[in-house]
Amino acid sequence: MTTSLFSTRGADPTTAPAFLAPLEGRDAALDGSALPVVADLRARGRARFAAVGLPTVKNEAWRYTNLRELAKQTIGPVGDSAATPVDRLPTVRRDGAGPRLVFVDGRFRADLSTIQGLPTGVLLTDFASACRDHADLVAAHLGRLASADDRPLVALNSADLTDGVVLRVGAGVAVADPIELVYVTVGREGVTASSHPRALIVLETGARAVLVEHHISQGGAAVLSNHVAEITIGEGATLHHCKVQRENDATFHLSHIAASVATNGVYDNFILTLGARLSRNEVVSALDGRDARTHVSGGYMVRGHQHADISTIIDHAQPNGTSREVYKGVIDDHGRAAFQGKIIVRPHAQKTDGHQLNRALLLSDSAEIDAKPELQIFADDVKCSHGCTVGELDDDALFYLRARGIDKETARGLLIGAFLADVLDEIAETTVRDAFQGCIAGWLEEQR
Amino acid sequence: MIEIKNLHAKVDGKDILKGVDLTIRPGEVHAIMGPNGAGKSTLSYVLAGRDGYEVTDGSVTYYGKDLLAMEPEERAAEGVFLAFQYPVEIPGVANTTFLKTAINAIRKHRGEKELDAMQFLKLLREKTKALGMSDEMLKRAVNVGFSGGEKKRNETLQMAVLEPKFAILDETDSGLDIDALKIVAEGVNALRSPERSMLVITHYQRLLDYIVPDYVHVLAAGRVVKSGGKDLALELEKNGYRDFGVDEAA
Ligand SMILES: Nc1ncnc2c1ncn2[C@@H]1O[C@H](COP(=O)(O)OP(=O)(O)O)[C@@H](O)[C@H]1O
Ligand SMILES: [Mg+2]
Repeated sequence: MTTSLFSTRGADPTTAPAFLAPLEGRDAALDGSALPVVADLRARGRARFAAVGLPTVKNEAWRYTNLRELAKQTIGPVGDSAATPVDRLPTVRRDGAGPRLVFVDGRFRADLSTIQGLPTGVLLTDFASACRDHADLVAAHLGRLASADDRPLVALNSADLTDGVVLRVGAGVAVADPIELVYVTVGREGVTASSHPRALIVLETGARAVLVEHHISQGGAAVLSNHVAEITIGEGATLHHCKVQRENDATFHLSHIAASVATNGVYDNFILTLGARLSRNEVVSALDGRDARTHVSGGYMVRGHQHADISTIIDHAQPNGTSREVYKGVIDDHGRAAFQGKIIVRPHAQKTDGHQLNRALLLSDSAEIDAKPELQIFADDVKCSHGCTVGELDDDALFYLRARGIDKETARGLLIGAFLADVLDEIAETTVRDAFQGCIAGWLEEQR
Repeated sequence: MIEIKNLHAKVDGKDILKGVDLTIRPGEVHAIMGPNGAGKSTLSYVLAGRDGYEVTDGSVTYYGKDLLAMEPEERAAEGVFLAFQYPVEIPGVANTTFLKTAINAIRKHRGEKELDAMQFLKLLREKTKALGMSDEMLKRAVNVGFSGGEKKRNETLQMAVLEPKFAILDETDSGLDIDALKIVAEGVNALRSPERSMLVITHYQRLLDYIVPDYVHVLAAGRVVKSGGKDLALELEKNGYRDFGVDEAA
């Protein structure tokens, strides 16, 4: 039994030097180097990635997502992102004002960020400031949930640990307003600029928060964004974590989210994938306390030559846990999607209730999806189900709409929107749901 | 005016329509009767432009235009309306959204201003009331969870809202009890006008007691084998379709 999707069997060490080269000689200058935990994690990440390199399709966890094209890129460091003007910052808020941290090519931009309107007891800051002012918090959580040892890309992220976000919501504190994180990638001409942001998120006992991530590109340059988030949900705490990702068609977006949920805690994750040439969103949610709940869901919309991968692990480690997982995908043109959903129920985790559903709609003959649900159940008194469907647009419905005067593209849009509509209901926050609905409408509009 | 000439059509490689001739002038109501499998629905789908119905010969001229050259949505925008024998269920698309999208698409085509939400709701209220439909039915997804009768009422509602120039009603009576039949027929009759033509397809004479046609045609084995006035329907009711080489138990 293993929680690891990502054994390092089937990885290619020869790819490592190209990715590690941009980091050479920067160590001492990097923020947080004075903290042993940071220096140590970087060194371990570097050693580990040097030994394994990028995973290949021979690795079971990477069977459906081939990083060959990434391996061919000329990887370089990011440019001087401190100076890059940013023309557009997305938000789910109508009034535009609220706590928001902005990162350009993975580097924190204080000038574009707002940290106001947060109740006392909330710490929202960038990684460097946290290393300086909250060293204990960083030391307690860095590298605790996301292991550099068995995941090559976490190792790479650790090797280049430079910047990111630290959020702590104190015991009993409820943050009503969504906290937004905006990651803008700009990149550079001639190289694929790589950035490796880290997020440390800690909700203490009874805390509540809504976290919204936006990932966008400015311009058309190819970049590698390799994110790692470590999320600790304390007893009775609830985090709604929503992410929309719509970078340009040259971007490689890799993300690993590792959450641990204590007794009565709730971790709720929704990911809307609309962009990037290649995206892989890994979500590992471990129910480490009794009566904990997790809800991981999302939508993926893939077209052109895009590739989108959703890989989840729900790890029921304690009794009475509940997990609900609902994904819906729409794949057009030569798009490819991969869905891997693993549910583990450990021997001790009796009375677990786990439910997983993945439904995909293929809009073209060359669209493809690989779906792999996987249940590993070691307890006997559990309720677990999974379902997976792959379908096409209903021709009869399409004709019916057209016979009422609705043109073909609008009719297709209505049917695709209808297919996706209920997955948006998985988002508890109305502001977020409306904003994500808008993102989907925009995608459909571009589709015409 | 709609002129169907020598229309031949194939479905799945099989010849179904074998030379249909029919002329319908503005304001006229024509009934097509015929045994199951005669090709009535096929004719309606060919006129509405459904994929998979291959016209191998003949023509359909619609107010001077080649109807068969148009996309289904163009035909609808030009005023062709097919009330489906089996209305399609569309989960996730609300009935109101569907109707609003449809009417505005058609208005746009006609060069009319699109209706805003208020205007549309007002129009819809009027029409639903006349058909005895509830607001609740409008909020539901198109035809999902509708009874047979509700589906047919929904077809009639769409027709009332879209105000076609040429309405084809394919077995609108099937699955209706007598009360529902009366309501639907009233809805249809309310739409009769000197500019609007109708093609009422039915298997039974019963519907024609309520929607009284100007002409009745018998379609058998892919051709119009007999035409006459409304009395022809009564004759068919009495003698069945035996006279047309069809031995039918129904
Ligand atoms: N989609 C189809 N595929 C194959 N055969 C069909 C299809 N639709 C209709 N047919 C055949 O065409 C003939 C006419 O059918 P239809 O037009 O539905 O008749 P009616 O409406 O008069 O009962 C029947 O023999 C039927 O089996
Ligand atoms: Mg029929």
